[in-house]
Amino acid sequence: MIRVLNSESLEIRASEDVVAVRQAVRKKAVALGFGLVDQTKVVTASSELARNTLDHGGGGTARLEILENDRRSGLRLVFEDQGPGIADIAQALTDGYTSGSGMGLGLGGSKRLAHEFEIESEPGIGTKVSIVRWR
Amino acid sequence: MERIPILKMGQYLLITIQVDMHDKLAFTLQNDLTEQIVLYKSKGILIDISALEIVDSFIGRMLGIIASMSRLLDAETVVVGMQPAVASTLVELGMSMKGIRTALNVEKGMEVLRSSLEEARHDGDSSSEF
Amino acid sequence: MASTQSKLAQVFEKKEQEITQAWLDGQAAVTRRMSPAEQHEANRQAREFLSTLKSAIQKEGTENITGSGWAPVRDFLASFSTSRAKAGFTPTETASFIFSLKRPVFEALRGELGQDADALAAETWRATELLDSLGLLTSESFQKTREDMISRQQAELLELSTPVVQLWDGVLALPLIGTLDSSRTQVVMQNLLDAIVKTRSDFAIIDITGVPVVDTLVAQHLLKTVAAARLMGAECLISGIRPQIAQTIIHLGVDLAGVVTKATLADAFAIALRKTGFTLVREQRNKTAVER
Repeated sequence: MIRVLNSESLEIRASEDVVAVRQAVRKKAVALGFGLVDQTKVVTASSELARNTLDHGGGGTARLEILENDRRSGLRLVFEDQGPGIADIAQALTDGYTSGSGMGLGLGGSKRLAHEFEIESEPGIGTKVSIVRWR
Repeated sequence: MERIPILKMGQYLLITIQVDMHDKLAFTLQNDLTEQIVLYKSKGILIDISALEIVDSFIGRMLGIIASMSRLLDAETVVVGMQPAVASTLVELGMSMKGIRTALNVEKGMEVLRSSLEEARHDGDSSSEF
Repeated sequence: MASTQSKLAQVFEKKEQEITQAWLDGQAAVTRRMSPAEQHEANRQAREFLSTLKSAIQKEGTENITGSGWAPVRDFLASFSTSRAKAGFTPTETASFIFSLKRPVFEALRGELGQDADALAAETWRATELLDSLGLLTSESFQKTREDMISRQQAELLELSTPVVQLWDGVLALPLIGTLDSSRTQVVMQNLLDAIVKTRSDFAIIDITGVPVVDTLVAQHLLKTVAAARLMGAECLISGIRPQIAQTIIHLGVDLAGVVTKATLADAFAIALRKTGFTLVREQRNKTAVER
């Protein structure tokens, strides 16, 4: 059973906020005892998603949650915006792998860097991406 | 205004990235760099990222842009000092750093630039020097 | 209830010596031959246990052996089976420490309660239930100890079998031994990348001679490591590709294009040396000096 032990929210309105998200994620990852490579992967994923939220979502929020499942601990990051939304999610996920430009890489890349990945998006409503990395 | 310093080392330019880059800073860097390449007729650019613990697709793209711009201005770019965790993450991220030369450190980076200039000189034997 | 409980306790009190002796004889029958020292120790343990057991039966009753009153007995059995496990005794030998107590106890009960069939049946059942639970406890402890030993050995093996070796100035080798699972491979590869930075090496040879099976996951990790090393400015060579492995890799569709691969570590080393700018020259021996 997954429990949320701690939750912290950050606003993403300007590019300095992307840096702030990275630093906050790094702090939590270190506190959870993530190894260096795991830290790097989750912080990089958060940077990608925060940038997406800013550049394509018109700004939004990042929620950082510390999870506990049985004896495993993990970090969940949820990025939400009220932006234009993504019409074709499947395409957005695959584009990233080949094009290496724009939003595509951010989504596909973050998925590869995380253990769990979920995305909800509705054109005209907004987007919510959540990733989990376990220790 | 905040800007990344560019150091002139003979015919090479050395950029050491130590801070978290944001759009404005990246843009300023690209501008400053192109100016200086032309000003000093630099043949090689060394970008030291050994202090970067995170390299995301934004930074990756920036490095690619710098390499492409420099090539247009007849200068080779070598990115040096990538940290192991960063390298593993970039591979996982799927970021293709094609067209960007890399080296372990500044010293080796200069070696790479030197030998590629040597090659260029041999290739361009028949062309005249300015 | 109280009077029947104390019947078992009474029998233990009255017939402790006989039970002990019969028990020791019974144990010897199922355990491997022991040295006099081992035997002496075993006897001492048996006496200590029996006295602890008697105490618990008398004070706590036999209904619940998980209570705090039974802790001394449980602790004894835990450390007993741990030491037996470490000493290389089999699970059966270890559990029979308890099970061989049954016969002597039943005999003692029969001696005391032989006339009262109901009481005898009740006490025999009580004794059986108790000894079965204690026997299972012993087995579980034994199991846990074995599992702990195995994990520790695995960790040590991991340490030993994945060293990064510096073959020459700027040339590293990583001889991989044994089966690679995903997490282990990641750790190993990361160590290689760290070593490349630390030794400022230009080349790293990953030798897979000692890897019996290369599946898609392992192949992918190898490729990722090669790619990561390249991003750092170092070249990886892969050596020790056996014919079967070569076939597997092709069938898996793994694309090793752009990666230098060699059949032997020696060949890979020679290439790395040459690329680093070294040449090996065999000295000419002076024949006349030898003849003299």
